[in-house]
Amino acid sequence: MAATHGYQDLDRLLGHMTGDEKHGPAATSTLDAIWVLYDRVLNVSPATADDPARDRFLLPKGHGPMAYYAVLAAKGFFPESLLADFGSYDSPLGHHPDRTLVPGAEISSGSLGHGLPLAVGSALGLRARGLTDSKVWVLIGDAELDEGSNHEAIAYAGPTGLEQLHTLVIDNSSATHGWPGGIASRFTAAGWSAATVDGRDHEALYEAFTAPHPGRARAVVARVEPSY
Amino acid sequence: MDTMRERFASTASRLLDEDPRLAVVLAVIGRDGFREAERRHPHRVIDVGIREQLLVGAGGGLALAGMRPIVHTFASFLVERPFEQVKLDFGHQGVGGVLVSAGASYDSPSAGFTHMSPGDVALLDTLDGWTVHVPGHPDEAEALLRRSAKGDDRVYVRLSLQTNERPLPVTGTGFLTVREGRHGAVVAVGPMLDNVLAATEGLDTTVLYATTVRPFDGSALRRAVGDTGAAEAVIVEPYLAGTSTAAATEALADVPHRVLGLGVGRNELRKYGELSDHLAAHGLDARSLRERVSGFLTGSV
Repeated sequence: MAATHGYQDLDRLLGHMTGDEKHGPAATSTLDAIWVLYDRVLNVSPATADDPARDRFLLPKGHGPMAYYAVLAAKGFFPESLLADFGSYDSPLGHHPDRTLVPGAEISSGSLGHGLPLAVGSALGLRARGLTDSKVWVLIGDAELDEGSNHEAIAYAGPTGLEQLHTLVIDNSSATHGWPGGIASRFTAAGWSAATVDGRDHEALYEAFTAPHPGRARAVVARVEPSY
Repeated sequence: MDTMRERFASTASRLLDEDPRLAVVLAVIGRDGFREAERRHPHRVIDVGIREQLLVGAGGGLALAGMRPIVHTFASFLVERPFEQVKLDFGHQGVGGVLVSAGASYDSPSAGFTHMSPGDVALLDTLDGWTVHVPGHPDEAEALLRRSAKGDDRVYVRLSLQTNERPLPVTGTGFLTVREGRHGAVVAVGPMLDNVLAATEGLDTTVLYATTVRPFDGSALRRAVGDTGAAEAVIVEPYLAGTSTAAATEALADVPHRVLGLGVGRNELRKYGELSDHLAAHGLDARSLRERVSGFLTGSV
């Protein structure tokens, strides 16, 4: 069992992958939200990583997975020593995660727009198995939201009230044509429960992540500083 | 006799009763056949609407959650349109499922090219680990569906309105020898069997019947062509011509060989009409097949 760490260790863990203490913005835009989820919200740990009833976090935003790897290492899903070889031939840690290689990773990702439909299916599968207390979380970026497959999933999960499904949108204003009218409105118009919060404010994130949403799928839009 | 699609609906509905691990995922097409099953299993008959990326992606997600998804729509919208979902949401995730298509290469020719999918099996050939079943009769479709529902692997079942008169006992692996001869072998895939048997009537050649084309039963073909002189093989497939030619030449790599791949041409005909019109246009009717097969196999006449 690898040692577990706190939030203050994440910069050092990221440093293993970047070679210094300064790391890429794509990775860090997701850092606080992923940390709050794994630290306080998700019912999953290295000991329950194969439990059918575990909560699931899907990261389709494969670009910049360093924050994800840092959190998984901090929570003991794999040893910190793996981080230094990030992206090398024999490392299980690619620049896009592979669920068959990375302990704790729920999906293999990299091509944008696959995670939300996979999350819909996972939520449907858990419900069909009677595991109705298990939650599925999927993180997407505001630019990834451009992919049409997400909108197929949003338009389905809203009207069908897929309560076990949760979408976290990290909004760093990187969508090419923006989202006039706001991102949350895309979800609420389809029948989701949605909230928009400061993506660096851990208490606000926690409140939004744990707010009840009976009979509805839930979206949390976490706004962070623009990427450029 | 019911169609393969009707048999799919009745069989899959019964399988839902028998195995709580199964879920049927639809995108509107085919839902009528599952009305009763949906009442009995509201959480395991899922219609996502006309959304094929979600259809396949949700199938992959169900598999990730420990279910065995049976995903169904027309071949064009199951394999071609969401091909990246087939590649990534099943294969790259390392999970399995059963994709069941209808429509085949030209089951509904009056619907036009948008509803024709002669390239589905060739596309799946670019991916690893897919078993491909091409039944030639509703009874065979049922047997192959039942077998497919049991596993954890990735399976494609290609249903068609084109059928053979009588079913054969299919096992889900390997080719059946339906006629023995001394000059080469003709492999008839699924619904092509009746036309191939008619076309090779009186020819001194072996006829193999393939309902499971991937994995390709290369050893059956290698045995059938014998060891006298050059090995000659004809593959008659109800989808893109030449789809299995590479598999056949690989099977015959240790002998001098000639292989003829017959099937649906690449050229877009821009014609409507009936299934029989399209079989004839692609040279897959019995008369055209006899001409092409006997012209290729030396010494068979």
